[in-house]
Amino acid sequence: MADQPTHIEVDVPEFGGEEKSASERIREFPYWFAALILIAIYAAYIILTKENYREAFEFIYRGIQITIRTSLIAYSLALLLGLLTGLARISKSIILNNIARLYVELIRGIPMLVLIFFIALVGVPAAVEGLNSLGLWLKSFGAEKVGSFLTEFNNQGIPMNVRAIVALSVTYGAFLAEIFRAGIQSIGRGQMEAARSVGMSYAQAMRYIILPQAIRNVLPALGNDFVAMVKDSSLVSVLAVRDITQVARLYAGSTFRFREAYVTLSTMYLTMTVVLSLLVQSFERRLRRHE
Amino acid sequence: MNNREDIIAVNDLHKHFGSVRALNGVSLSVERGKVIVIIGPSGSGKSTLLRCVNHLETPSSGEVWIDGELLTTNQKQLNKVRAEIGMVFQLFNLFPHLTALENVVLAQKVVRQRSKEEAEEVAMRQLVRVGIPEKADVYPGQLSGGQQQRVAIARALAMDPKIMLFDEPTSALDPEMIKEVLDVMLDLAKEGMTMLVVSHEMGFARAAADEIIFMDEGLIVEHTTPHDLFNNPQEERTKLFLSQILQH
Ligand SMILES: Nc1ncnc2c1ncn2[C@@H]1O[C@H](COP(=O)(O)OP(=O)(O)OP(=O)(O)O)[C@@H](O)[C@H]1O
Ligand SMILES: [Mg+2]
Repeated sequence: MADQPTHIEVDVPEFGGEEKSASERIREFPYWFAALILIAIYAAYIILTKENYREAFEFIYRGIQITIRTSLIAYSLALLLGLLTGLARISKSIILNNIARLYVELIRGIPMLVLIFFIALVGVPAAVEGLNSLGLWLKSFGAEKVGSFLTEFNNQGIPMNVRAIVALSVTYGAFLAEIFRAGIQSIGRGQMEAARSVGMSYAQAMRYIILPQAIRNVLPALGNDFVAMVKDSSLVSVLAVRDITQVARLYAGSTFRFREAYVTLSTMYLTMTVVLSLLVQSFERRLRRHE
Repeated sequence: MNNREDIIAVNDLHKHFGSVRALNGVSLSVERGKVIVIIGPSGSGKSTLLRCVNHLETPSSGEVWIDGELLTTNQKQLNKVRAEIGMVFQLFNLFPHLTALENVVLAQKVVRQRSKEEAEEVAMRQLVRVGIPEKADVYPGQLSGGQQQRVAIARALAMDPKIMLFDEPTSALDPEMIKEVLDVMLDLAKEGMTMLVVSHEMGFARAAADEIIFMDEGLIVEHTTPHDLFNNPQEERTKLFLSQILQH
């Protein structure tokens, strides 16, 4: 889940750094990380050499595009939603503030699996109905074009993978909102005051002064949540969206090769998350070095 | 006593923070080109007064007139008025993600809508004026306190303000850097800038101030010339305060 840090902290020994005694090196060496890499390599080796596994892999691999696309689109939408909600959370407007708070607390209080069902099967139809009646209402005022555009939305016509993306975005939007809020609040009051004192509006101060600093501070956290999103995208399989998890389930169900299916599936997730975590971490190091 | 021709006129200003009464009815008017130094014990409301002048704090009651215009809570008006009032903070408040030059350029571009070239030219001129053009491309984190404060002054001056507010601009500085900042402020005073300065630098007050104000408990206790205040304070509280700060 997004609330727990998911990224992997590895203190890869730095060569040419400060001298460490041999015993210190032996003690501090990240054995678990080496083991992780070995497991991944071993699994990859099996998948590539054993016929059954390779077959499973080739089958499951068909879902990778959906997994990646779903994660990327949902994450981008969640970033936008999270930023807006985070801004609303700190705004002085009581209405915005409470709406944002309500949204965040609703999402945090419901298990993600339930949310996926709820948003895809209850939330989206309700939203479609809302848009339809808004369209009718607009039509009655003579806004024919906009009105019929809205009434033409049809619940049945919205495919499951779109619903899945909406569900993940709405869920992660709430998590990311809290990250953005914390990031904005970590910037001292003096920055806003200095910006306002030269005549910038609140929006200009946010855009040019507060957000650039806040976002920079939360980039590692955002990166971690992307990794978490890749993992949680497996939940969309409950909507029969053909991501790698769903495809693996289908494969296992039809061939009864559960071991091949789930070893391969796990290896694929592990590879993605380890690689992404390392990228996030090296990025974080680079940021810190430039401070 | 207020004359609305004055560049700053403050009328019976009150400011409460919950139960804390930071200002208890302050009236003050400042003529164009005058330098006013404000002194007073900690918590006496000096910063609050300054921050009410450009409405960084909204007064609980009372009026602030800037150059004949009564300030309201209208954000458009406030943004416009604030662009004409430079403010220098105790902790500099430079924008750490921007270079010194960018710090001075930004508001010129987004508030004054100046072109990049013009804004940079003005910024360089201001950095020369405060004596650190060579630091233009350096980030605030790499500057000394005195240098940061001079960049902050340049940032305010680049907007061509009619008024400059200084809130203890040297009290966060190491002693050896105080003079470089005060020298810039002295130059500004000589050039005829209207300045409202909260500072306990008595040397500066003697050299540059036209008037000096002693505040205590959210009120102006004395408002006179530096010469009179130092040589002939009228109130007991003023005498006590002066004896405390002049010892150092
Ligand atoms: N934002 C705020 N919220 C609550 N109380 C405040 C706030 N700002 C100021 N105060 C209170 O108002 C009173 C006046 O504060 P102010 O900062 O104006 O004093 P000052 O004369 O500038 O003091 P100093 O010399 O310590 O800077 C103090 O009691 C202070 O605690
Ligand atoms: Mg103060």
